[in-house]
Amino acid sequence: MSGETVKLLGHWASPFALRVIWALKLKEIEYEYVGEDLPNKSPLLLEYNPVHKKIPVLVHGGKPIAESLVILEYLDEAWKHNPILPDDPYERAQARFWARFVDEKCMPSIMSAFTKKGEEKEKAAKEARENFKILESGLGKKQFFGGESVGFVDIAAGWIGLWTRMVEEIADVNIIDTAMMPLLESWFQRVLQVPILKECLPPQDKVLERFKGFHKFLTGGSS
Amino acid sequence: MAEVKLFRSWSSSFALRIVWALKLKGVPYDTIFEDLSSKSSLLLQYNPIHKKVPVLVHNGKSIVESLVILEYIEETWKQNPLLPEDPHDRATARFWAQFGDDKVFPPVLDVLRNEGKEQEEGIVKAKESLKYLEEELKGKKFFGGEKIGFADIALGWLAHHENVFEEVTGITLIAEDEFPLLSEWRKTFPDAPVIKENWPPRDKLVTKFQAIREQALVQKLKMAEK
Repeated sequence: MSGETVKLLGHWASPFALRVIWALKLKEIEYEYVGEDLPNKSPLLLEYNPVHKKIPVLVHGGKPIAESLVILEYLDEAWKHNPILPDDPYERAQARFWARFVDEKCMPSIMSAFTKKGEEKEKAAKEARENFKILESGLGKKQFFGGESVGFVDIAAGWIGLWTRMVEEIADVNIIDTAMMPLLESWFQRVLQVPILKECLPPQDKVLERFKGFHKFLTGGSS
Repeated sequence: MAEVKLFRSWSSSFALRIVWALKLKGVPYDTIFEDLSSKSSLLLQYNPIHKKVPVLVHNGKSIVESLVILEYIEETWKQNPLLPEDPHDRATARFWAQFGDDKVFPPVLDVLRNEGKEQEEGIVKAKESLKYLEEELKGKKFFGGEKIGFADIALGWLAHHENVFEEVTGITLIAEDEFPLLSEWRKTFPDAPVIKENWPPRDKLVTKFQAIREQALVQKLKMAEK
């Protein structure tokens, strides 16, 4: 099965596609990358992900898998080399919990802080800070969420410090509070020093420009 | 023998997933029923972040979030697997379980808690999502194929709680002519062993969700008056 071709439909600026790229690289899986020109969705994307019509989509031996965290689990099950989830069921549950927490709590609050104005923006930023504080409790004193080396949560969330800094700059809001989350902040930097992760990052200036465009569009320009 | 405890409420469809999984695998466990309007200190200790049910406690360690708990149960007790063997089929099951929570449950809840335009929007969104589930059931008895699987357990609330919502709102989302396969599944799934013995009492659910609907509508009126 692992001999069949692997294709990834992604977008250069998408952190969700980045998760999958990181996992593919860490597991040394060869793949063909197909960059989508969003919002012009290709017929291929619509065929492979008719339900959500979103990237990333992994196509393995012609069969598609959608939703980035589902794809990560798939990669670990189809390729046993360099596992990204730990062996122990309880540790695996912890990893899944924190990855979900990032998607269900951290991301929406950061997005809110990015798109809202005035008091609502400050309220969202406070929530985002609190969510990061909670996320930090999952890291503790470890080097990475995966322990000594990068794991599931690091792959799922490793980009979030960088993205949040951009949100802070563009929306003029404070989310990463060093005093409040020292361990998480040092992880934000440490995780992106891992060579495989660092070299896959999209050009940050281009991402920033793109975010600025979104911000203008979503807020009418002012903060 | 290892100690397994499940914190649940009598009505929670999310906690019901865990009841089904444990019973389908024949795992003995103790139940602690929570009154969610007055959460026990034990619940808050075991789930300090979300403060919700279900919580599974195994060997003193707590696991929360129902789909995470299901995976934990699957990996810890290997008998009667809920997920298929093939990685692609496993990904498909996970996809539909998540789809239910992300795209079906929210609009269905909107239909319950709203009226007028917002309710109409909820109906449209819910039916759009239900169409995908209908498609997925083609050629299958259950979402898991010949037998109940991970996705059936995750979507199981559609066969009971959603039915209650339909009675409370007077709005049928899953009509037989529109969703023949889903309608059939809604008859077959609740009748399966283990599933059928564990439904929360329907009349109590009707009362509960009637109250929830009334309260939600009152809240909306208050907001509109501000």
